[in-house]
Amino acid sequence: MSEKPRDLEITEPVEITLNGELITAQNGELLIDACERNGSYIPRFCYHPRMSPVGMCRMCLVEVDTGRGAALQPSCMIPVSDGMSVDTESDGVAKAQDGILEFLLANHPLDCPVCDKGGECPLQDQAYAYGPGESRFVEEKRHNEKPIPISDLVFLDRERCILCDRCTRFADEVAGDPLIHFIHRGSHTEVNTFPGEPFASYFSGNTVQICPVGALTASPYRFKARPWDLEETESTCTRCSVGCRVTVESSRNEVLRLQGVDSDPVNWSWLCDKGRFGFEAGNSRNRISQPLLRSESGELSEVRWNTALDGAASAISAAVDGRGPQSVAVLGGARLTNESAYAWTKLAKGVIGTDNVDCQLGDGLPAELVLGLPGASIDEVCESGATVLYLGPDAKEELPVLYLRLRHAADSDGVKIVEVGPTLTGLSPYVAESITALPGETASVVAALLDGTSEHVQASALLRDASDLKVVIGRANLAEDETITVKAANLIRESVPGATFLPALRRGNVRGALEAGLSPGLLPGGAVLAGTVPPGWQSVPTEKGGSASEILEDAANGRVEVLILLGSDPLRDFPDRSLARRALAGAKTVISVDPFVNASAELADLVLAASMFSESAGTTTNLEGRVTTLNQKVTPPGTARDDWMIAVDLTDRLGADLGVETSAADLLHEMAEFSDAHVALRDGDPVGDGVMLDISGRDLVTPAEFEVPAANAYSLRLVLNRTMYDKGTLLAESPSSAGLAGESVVKLSAADAAPLGVDGSTQVKVTSEHGSVIVAATIDPKVPKGVAVMHHVLGDVDAGTLLVSGDPVCDVRVEVS
Amino acid sequence: MARLTPDNLLLARKIIARFPKPRSATIMLCHLAQEQDGYLSEEAMAQIAELIGATPAEVLGTASFYEMFKMHPVGKYCVNVCTNISCQLLGGEELLEHAEEVMGIRSGSTTEDGMFTLEDVECVAACTEAPAVQVNYRYFNKVSPEGFDELLEDLRSGELSRTIPPHGTLGYVRQDLDGDRIANITPPSQQVEPVWFPDGDSDEGPAK
Amino acid sequence: MSDTAVDTDEADQDVPKVVSSRFDVADGHTLDGYTRSGSFEGYAALRRVLTMTPGAVSELVKDATLLGRGGAAFPAGVKWGFCPPGVWPRYVVVNGDESEPGTYKDRLLMERDPHQLIEGSLIAAYAIGAAQVFLYVRGEMPHAQERIAAALNEAYEANLIGKNILGTDFSVDVVLTWGAGAYIVGEETALIESLEGNRGMPRLKPPFFPAAKGLYMMPTIVNNVETLSNLPWLLNHGVAEYRSIGTEASPGTRLIALSGDVERPGVYEVPQGTTTFRELFESERYGGGIRGGHELKMFIPGGASAPWFFPEQVDLPLEGRVVGGEGSMLGSGAVVVMDDTTDAVRACLRLVRFFARESCGKCTPCREGTVWEEKILQRILDGQGRPSDLDLLLDVADNISPGPYPLAAYAEADLEAIPFPPRQTTICPLGPSSVAPITSAIRRFRHEFEDKINRKDSIPVTSAGMSNV
Ligand SMILES: Cc1cc2nc3c(=O)[nH]c(=O)nc-3n(C[C@H](O)[C@H](O)[C@H](O)COP(=O)(O)O)c2cc1C
Ligand code: SF4
Ligand code: FES
Repeated sequence: MSEKPRDLEITEPVEITLNGELITAQNGELLIDACERNGSYIPRFCYHPRMSPVGMCRMCLVEVDTGRGAALQPSCMIPVSDGMSVDTESDGVAKAQDGILEFLLANHPLDCPVCDKGGECPLQDQAYAYGPGESRFVEEKRHNEKPIPISDLVFLDRERCILCDRCTRFADEVAGDPLIHFIHRGSHTEVNTFPGEPFASYFSGNTVQICPVGALTASPYRFKARPWDLEETESTCTRCSVGCRVTVESSRNEVLRLQGVDSDPVNWSWLCDKGRFGFEAGNSRNRISQPLLRSESGELSEVRWNTALDGAASAISAAVDGRGPQSVAVLGGARLTNESAYAWTKLAKGVIGTDNVDCQLGDGLPAELVLGLPGASIDEVCESGATVLYLGPDAKEELPVLYLRLRHAADSDGVKIVEVGPTLTGLSPYVAESITALPGETASVVAALLDGTSEHVQASALLRDASDLKVVIGRANLAEDETITVKAANLIRESVPGATFLPALRRGNVRGALEAGLSPGLLPGGAVLAGTVPPGWQSVPTEKGGSASEILEDAANGRVEVLILLGSDPLRDFPDRSLARRALAGAKTVISVDPFVNASAELADLVLAASMFSESAGTTTNLEGRVTTLNQKVTPPGTARDDWMIAVDLTDRLGADLGVETSAADLLHEMAEFSDAHVALRDGDPVGDGVMLDISGRDLVTPAEFEVPAANAYSLRLVLNRTMYDKGTLLAESPSSAGLAGESVVKLSAADAAPLGVDGSTQVKVTSEHGSVIVAATIDPKVPKGVAVMHHVLGDVDAGTLLVSGDPVCDVRVEVS
Repeated sequence: MARLTPDNLLLARKIIARFPKPRSATIMLCHLAQEQDGYLSEEAMAQIAELIGATPAEVLGTASFYEMFKMHPVGKYCVNVCTNISCQLLGGEELLEHAEEVMGIRSGSTTEDGMFTLEDVECVAACTEAPAVQVNYRYFNKVSPEGFDELLEDLRSGELSRTIPPHGTLGYVRQDLDGDRIANITPPSQQVEPVWFPDGDSDEGPAK
Repeated sequence: MSDTAVDTDEADQDVPKVVSSRFDVADGHTLDGYTRSGSFEGYAALRRVLTMTPGAVSELVKDATLLGRGGAAFPAGVKWGFCPPGVWPRYVVVNGDESEPGTYKDRLLMERDPHQLIEGSLIAAYAIGAAQVFLYVRGEMPHAQERIAAALNEAYEANLIGKNILGTDFSVDVVLTWGAGAYIVGEETALIESLEGNRGMPRLKPPFFPAAKGLYMMPTIVNNVETLSNLPWLLNHGVAEYRSIGTEASPGTRLIALSGDVERPGVYEVPQGTTTFRELFESERYGGGIRGGHELKMFIPGGASAPWFFPEQVDLPLEGRVVGGEGSMLGSGAVVVMDDTTDAVRACLRLVRFFARESCGKCTPCREGTVWEEKILQRILDGQGRPSDLDLLLDVADNISPGPYPLAAYAEADLEAIPFPPRQTTICPLGPSSVAPITSAIRRFRHEFEDKINRKDSIPVTSAGMSNV
């Protein structure tokens, strides 16, 4: 097993004797770790350094003497204490361990040749290394139905299971989804689910990774490859902004598996299933391998890169010549590497001269907040004893591994979380208090908590007494305008000057894109656009550009002529769906840079085939500002290429030079040279857990005030948020996960549902000032009175048509249709 | 059926209230459900899970650990023959064989009429009265083959229906679960020192 | 439901009845009967205790050397003292899960003198400062559950339990709860798991002993029913009188369930250390001799988990230390007598099967090893044995409970010692207990095994053990 003992700084040293030699260990650490760190690896099956030890398998027995004579003890359960003497190699230990192995193999089917785990199986390795050659067990083995599905993604072969309690412990202890459990007793014990209630956990794939044998297998990988055919490289998952470290494993130029890497500051070896199995999209047949150009007949058809790039360049030049540089706009960039993001910033702002650039699609946080607020790392937020104010999206749905970290912090490390939001979340069961803030009231609820006027006395005291308040700040509701979040942030800064902030950003590399300057009014490193020309640039825009919604508005009314969608899909992702539609229709030329023909690209004039995760090398920046490497493992299909290369080619066509001498790394180095935030990168490229940007915060502008309208005839306030499995392109292109997206619903509190006569799944009409949709209604105990919840990009019902961007909140009326 | 009746639900809530943590009531609630239905149904386990704040898988995990919980309907009478050492020495195994013969079923199964389930069981703490038999956990001591036949007859004829309730019912008498004499329950989070307990070594004297 | 033979001979007043004085009193289980009959006045001890400091009560119990009767014979007063100071709440758990094969005494105490147990539990709760008492009765004992429930209801009514007991500051609840069929739940940490609503799988100790971190990780005292039932008499009669019974190291009496091949099987209250096994088996007062004039072949001195004794050990006294020194244990007071008609292999298989069926499944060696042992023994009985099976059995046993560790008595008899108390590759002693019958039987009666292996004909066996769990 690849798990390593956790890095540890010895603060309380004790001396123990390990096989006759004195070693120093941390007082209280587990013997099994202390021994491994000092060169004596003790075999084990049930122990996992990120879960509490159970001492079930007994493989790690060693002789321990604490002064009362040597006794066989499981080293995974024994805390190191001063003067302890340990023998890991005595005859007694060897005999005991051989005995355990024989017991484990007694009922094991030994079907290694057809087992996915064959070749990387600790049981197999142990058996070869230490086991008896021939089995003395001549009795009939236990029989069980071969693999049974325990969820949509995971299969269980109970014959292979050695009952180590890893998967079940993970489900309970780490994920908080105890849906698999030991059933029956003694030699009849098996792992299973409750009938009819599958192991539907967002984190189920981790059980496959930690299963020490081949009992748990994941459908995307089953029978795909043998471990010895796999090549692997370390990288970072970019499906959300947490940035979990992974190994990407491939065979014959196809990614077959992602495994979590134990990155101490980030993911502790865990991944969510969306991240783990999302690689499937890269292998999709729907990937585009050539640029596509809309032909005379109106179809998108493949063309050569020269044709495509010439077309793009001339559309840009024509727009610039006609209406000036601001008539070209770039929307998106969060999917890109830092290098590519910088290349596109430089192309847009330094070459074309437009500041109409935004990497977020109206669903994020203003760059002012992300870059301006003094930052807190994940570790700081989760630090034992911390107090956290959580104002953000449901982490379980949107930032799954951050959820695992926060859950652990609250559950095991005494971190007190006060959650303020329009609904309860996956984290609610673990927080000190969940406080409802109806849409529009986030800032006022926070203000009351901080000035002591809140009726939530305990939560208020908790926050006010915190010496070192940590704030997770994000948007729990896409139908609530971002200015309300900004207002809340400013309030917190004023009343708690020492508070630090972790921005709960959504997409993979938003932070990197913002730091690279893909945002209106900004230059790389968060510098404000004010005439200074960064080294290596020819010029900077003279006029401040618009945000995503302003850009779309301008496209709709013809002021933006060329709209470049940089890996973005406003038709699916921009909350105000009508505006997105009008914008795509209004822009003269729409250029999509994407690996897929997504919904928006369907309407584009030109689609430039881009590479994806695991196909390009570079760096990425997670929500806390941690820069880690992305490694290339496979090649993109056809002539698809990295986004930065497309920028370089396009710059060429526009008669300029982006300044790349040898590789994308040149771009990063150029940026690091003048960006103060990137100072840590000047010393070299990030490795392993990466390097942190300077997140000490920069003074940026405070946004405008806003007015929340009083509730009107539209009696409920809309909450629009995301679920982990939705109809986004990457999920739709991942066969094993695509089916997990639910159908469209509107969720109501029981109190609001009753008078309407809504019970199980009544069809209702949801109407706002701007439109209406027909959708099934359900009652959800997480939803407070006065709120209607709909999910973004789920099912066929388009909740986005109900709102208009710029409105502080969206009121709706729900009627049984 | 299957979900708890309103009366039993009330009782279940009282049982839960007697424990510092709801989950501690799991086994008692499973017994309650088994008493109601004669076995422990999936619906009941799911409901118990709701009541104690666990998942159904956790309830099943606990319940299936214990032999007395039957996940499928069993006979009205569970006839348990002890075959452990003290009973074995005095003919427990032979008695089991006899039982299989006269009942026409193997140990571990139920007669077709749904009247009896036969099981060979481990020591039932009646070792000096070997061979011992339990019917729905009521004891019969020093049971000879003939005595066993009579026992079956009495069970069939209803002779014993007043002393032996249907499978699932344990004590006829329950502990009263509420009333003003109850002291309190002390959840582990509530770290209060008992008022009558003097500090440390101080000789503060007895409870007043 | 016929009556159990218990030692009720009024003439034998030479040995005071400490715990069994109401076994033959028809209404001894009622509050009225409890206060009227028996060798002390019911609830007088509680009244006395309430005038003492909790510390003084603990001291008294410590001075009496009240050894635990659940099997491990750990002094109760000492155990109470392990509760870390200042950590609240604390709990008392009464272990009424009696399931060790051959053991039959706690059920009698619960059915016939429930108030005595309740009074004892209250005394313990007072002494340690418990917030609550959980009285955990074995699931398969509805009669005991009823008797205790009725007694609790009476006692609550009489203000003997609950809020401000007998008008004092002392308040404690006693909650009756019960198991559902799992021997391992008798092990104290498994019992705690079960009380928390979990599978009854033992916890590893160290790091935590229940007295420090038990129920809900709070200080918890787990005591056996008989242990606690001793308290009312002890508090009534005082330490000196208590210590005058039995021996210095093991004062008081024990309830011994004498079963198997004797003329008068029964539950007898005997003074510790002064009675020998021979007296127990042969005297008219107790066993009345080996059944039908047969010869003694072997006997188990302390429940299924105890290594066997043989005729040469009948003159040992029933005292924990002595029995322990001879390589076995007095355990839970279950003496099983086997005469010369007993098939050692069959008896051995029956005991091993018990452990195989009752393993909780947590530790690999116990889960896999006990079933393996059972299968080999079954094969030998079925006439499918192989000569190598005996060494294999012993080696499998050795992998569950590494040994042997020579003991003087065995060396003299030219026998390898049984590893006892067992060294273990497991968390609790259940798995290693399965080794006791195997090593006992093979070392003494190897020829019986070999005969079966050589004869190759199948010995008919019943389907015992075939029913599903
Ligand atoms: C496998 C196993 C089964 C046990 N069963 C019981 C039991 O049924 N009753 C009991 O009182 N103690 C039993 N014990 C002993 C308990 O763990 C514990 O030592 C005892 O309840 C403590 O009470 P005492 O100190 O009063 O004897 C068992 C121990 C083991 C290892
Ligand atoms: S020895 Fe057996 S019964 Fe005891 S904890 Fe281990 S598996 Fe469970
Ligand atoms: S690794 Fe220690 S018992 Fe399994």
